Amino acid sequence: MPNITIDGKQVEFKSGQTVIQAAMNAGIDIPHFCYHPKLSISGNCRVCLVEIEKMPKLAIACSTLATEGMVVHTNSSKTLDARNAVMEFILINHPLDCPICDEAGECKLQDYAFAHSRGESRFEEIKNRKEKRVQLGPRIKFDAERCISCSRCIRFSDEIAKANQLTFTNRGDKVTITTFPGESFDNPYTLNTVDICPVGALTNNDFRFKSRVWEMSSTNSVCIGCSRGCNIEIWVRNNEILRLTPRQNEEVNSFWMCDNGRLNTFKFVNDESRIDGCYLRKDGQLVKSDWAETLEVTSKSLKEFKSNEIAFVASPFATLEDNFVLERFAKQINSNNIFSAKHILTGDQDDILIREDKTPNSFGLSILGIKNDISKLYDLIDNKNVKALFIMEEDLVGLNSEWEKVLTKLELIIVLATNKNGTTQFADIIFPAATYAEKHGTFVNFQGRVQRIRPAIATEELDRSLDGMNKSRWDKFGTKFDRWMQGKKYDAKPSWKIIALLDSYFNNKLKFKMAEEVFNEISKSNEALKNLDYDVIGDLGVTINSEVFQKV
Amino acid sequence: MATKKRLKDLTFLEKLYIPVILKGLVLTLKTMFKPKVTMEYPEVKFEPPASYRGRPVLVQEKNGVERCVACGLCSRVCPALAIEVQAAETELEKERYPEKFEINMLRCIFCGFCEEVCPEEAIVMSKDYELVFQDRDSAIFGKDKLLIPVEQLQDRIDFLRKFKK
Repeated sequence: MPNITIDGKQVEFKSGQTVIQAAMNAGIDIPHFCYHPKLSISGNCRVCLVEIEKMPKLAIACSTLATEGMVVHTNSSKTLDARNAVMEFILINHPLDCPICDEAGECKLQDYAFAHSRGESRFEEIKNRKEKRVQLGPRIKFDAERCISCSRCIRFSDEIAKANQLTFTNRGDKVTITTFPGESFDNPYTLNTVDICPVGALTNNDFRFKSRVWEMSSTNSVCIGCSRGCNIEIWVRNNEILRLTPRQNEEVNSFWMCDNGRLNTFKFVNDESRIDGCYLRKDGQLVKSDWAETLEVTSKSLKEFKSNEIAFVASPFATLEDNFVLERFAKQINSNNIFSAKHILTGDQDDILIREDKTPNSFGLSILGIKNDISKLYDLIDNKNVKALFIMEEDLVGLNSEWEKVLTKLELIIVLATNKNGTTQFADIIFPAATYAEKHGTFVNFQGRVQRIRPAIATEELDRSLDGMNKSRWDKFGTKFDRWMQGKKYDAKPSWKIIALLDSYFNNKLKFKMAEEVFNEISKSNEALKNLDYDVIGDLGVTINSEVFQKV
Repeated sequence: MATKKRLKDLTFLEKLYIPVILKGLVLTLKTMFKPKVTMEYPEVKFEPPASYRGRPVLVQEKNGVERCVACGLCSRVCPALAIEVQAAETELEKERYPEKFEINMLRCIFCGFCEEVCPEEAIVMSKDYELVFQDRDSAIFGKDKLLIPVEQLQDRIDFLRKFKK
């Protein structure tokens, strides 16, 4: 492979790479605003100017192709002078908005101004005034003054979202970004521009002013919006999820995620409708009860039925661990009635990320062999062959209101649910299930990629320190007397744990203490997940063997 | 071993103690006719100088709006984690205001870092040193207790402009 020298270091590169890419691969950071690895090169911010020997002038590292024997200096006095000059130039019209700007703390301009700028402005005239609160689209506010015209958002909407909605208007220091006449910036991927905006010009309406970035903790997880399973980070303050951002994974979602996944998959976690503690139906009313009593009553009432009169509903919203333990439990009591529903929104799919299948783990269910379709269950209940139903994290009534008719025919309904919904109204016993943000587990996406989720929110049984959860500065130093530490903790447990607890009243063979133990058990018994464990899956996941994939 | 001899034994007069007592009484008598340096505190209040760091307060502009834009820097710099800020959006030109601003006076150590870091001169140390509370909850001061009209704080603001770089 050819070599170039960057700051005295020999760096190998592939032909066709630019200087900035070669430097990045070698771990040398060249400041840049407009360059983004997934977008075309525009070269308009000029902050990546570097000195290249035998070239008459400084060149921008983002568009200069690396060639054999090139000698690059990224920290020479000439380079630094140029960089400081460019920073000073960009900052001429940039408002001193950091105190009110959401980007502060993760702002490239702020970082580079700190590292490379001269520290004070020589500009004595009045700064340009532009519009501060432009509603570019339904989800995005644009602050024209803060914009440094790097064109990343324009290139993103052209090249990645394929929507061609944004453009520059005017010239020179009056330049601003706007949508084409009559257009609104409303494609399904708009909020990615907030992430890639190097300054705070584009802000997320939903997250605007909710929190400063340094006050939150972030936890690596997986989006549950569809079967793509985009890798995400969950941002939490005071035990409340405030935003989701995509996390780079070239095998799945690259740098991006869709707006629906970003905005609509976390609000139920801290919603009013969350189920907090167990409920039992007494005299027609659902009454709050404790765990021991509820488990006792559940096991007694389940034992009143013959094993083929009990049916189970698995869930593609639940993790592999949950479904595996449910399946084992069904086997323990000799029931073969295990079903699952499909959640397919026909037509809601594109070539970018969004998939028709709106569940994160339907492929995982196929791996576990839970394939019976829920419509068979409908007939079984209708014919009174099934008298007791055990539903895990599935809303049958929400799926189809027809279910209301047959649910009333059942003698016993046990529901494991995160939130109150149409099905929980009919339940005789409700167990509070932990949401995806409150448990360890694995999902398998439509490509057959096994990916891990981690708890970001503490429940009553989870402790941030003892369970190794990520902590913000507030979480580290807070006491129970501080109001910023008194966020709501729900009394909920992961579904697999609830079922394992219930099993202790039956055969007591499902003695799992951690999600990891469950997963190890799955990988022992399942061909598709052979030799996998949580450490192997890691942060980016593992794609299962393609031969096994074909079989499933 | 020989006992160690004292450097100087007391003289006869010193052993009597009376001259020393008289000397003390003379000093007391002299002081009685000098001007007083103590202050009869609850009746007479101490008016501290502008450099005094009393409890931190928020500056309220003449139109009744707080100067604070809820940037959260005071909260970040506070070594005792006494300050909690929740921002929200306002129609005013400043865009952002503190929906909630709480200082836990049990945590506050009166270091003045919040005042030093504030980019808007919105939180300043007042001359208020009388802080009494009987339970933890009343020790957490919200915006109702923190907002003080700018006229009452002019002294400190002038001091800051003179000395703060």
